[in-house]
Amino acid sequence: MSELIKVGMADYKTGRNPSSLISYGLGSCVGIALYDSINKIGGLAHIMLPDSTQARSAENPAKFANTALPLMLEEMLKMGAVKQRITAKIAGGAQMFTFANATDVMRVGERNAEAVRALLKKMDIRMLADDTGGNYGRTVELRLDTGIYRVRTIAQGEKEL
Amino acid sequence: MSEEILKLSTIQLDALKEIGNVGAGNSATALSQLINRKIDMTVPQIAIMPLGDVPDVVGGPDAMVAGVFLRVYGPAPSSILFLLPRDSAFTLVDMLMGRDQGYTTSLNSMDESALMEIGNILAGAYLNALSYFTKLTLLPSIPALAMDMAGAILSVILIQLGEMGDHALVIETEFTTENDGVKGHFFLIPDPGSLSTILAAIGVKE
Repeated sequence: MSELIKVGMADYKTGRNPSSLISYGLGSCVGIALYDSINKIGGLAHIMLPDSTQARSAENPAKFANTALPLMLEEMLKMGAVKQRITAKIAGGAQMFTFANATDVMRVGERNAEAVRALLKKMDIRMLADDTGGNYGRTVELRLDTGIYRVRTIAQGEKEL
Repeated sequence: MSEEILKLSTIQLDALKEIGNVGAGNSATALSQLINRKIDMTVPQIAIMPLGDVPDVVGGPDAMVAGVFLRVYGPAPSSILFLLPRDSAFTLVDMLMGRDQGYTTSLNSMDESALMEIGNILAGAYLNALSYFTKLTLLPSIPALAMDMAGAILSVILIQLGEMGDHALVIETEFTTENDGVKGHFFLIPDPGSLSTILAAIGVKE
């Protein structure tokens, strides 16, 4: 039976074929999917903020891109994934509300997406797809049988990355 | 430093609850006059919950909601979010626009303005109470509206809180109209640091 593993906000989960990893209602957060297509092992992180060193409280490493991603990668490697084969797909990073004078606080989605892209580069993980930005929420699902990253929205339809 | 909201005493929580009560009462009265309907409201709940649990309050992260968001400026910056399930938002618009119930199935720009205005009025009424108790001048920004998944809309304020900790102090009230089944959730989420300003202003700072 294929199991649907839920990933909450500021959390990450790993799994293997035939499970799927799903995270509901991403706004300015970013959903980072990592996948080894040979072993069919994957991970999904729902990060809220780019960088733990910029935050006053960094108790939960799964909240930040820079701490969640290495931990999730390590867990996948322990399960048998091979670093060189792992690829990434990302989605989210929206700006839900538009104000005339958007402050940095409001642009957090954009900052999140930028930080994740830079981090993947630094960790030498190839990014295959990037569906970030816009002003709408996304539900993301990583299918571990195929590596397809499905992005569902309310007004913008559904797509497979 | 562990999170300040985890260290609140019973007296402090009660004080916040009482402010919430009066504020929400003001808002309910304003809403009632606006749509000419009797409004019931729940006793405001004060909850300190993990950030990830907040979307469950309104039906889960993928529930479809309309959200009116305002920033509060002044000595205790905060965020206000008024969330309505999608169908409630449509019903509310029907009432405001004098349409038959069930008429609205998507929002035009006039409808959106109407919902933002409701958010504006509710926030103003609420802040009046908060200003009265604290003697702090608190001013709302212009409202912004989004119609989307609850998790996505809430992420805007949760991310801000996430920079400081892993919990949110949520002061939440549910409004219900008598027959029409309009439900709304009103959230006041003080920025980190604002809470101690508010507590000091009402004289219950430790």
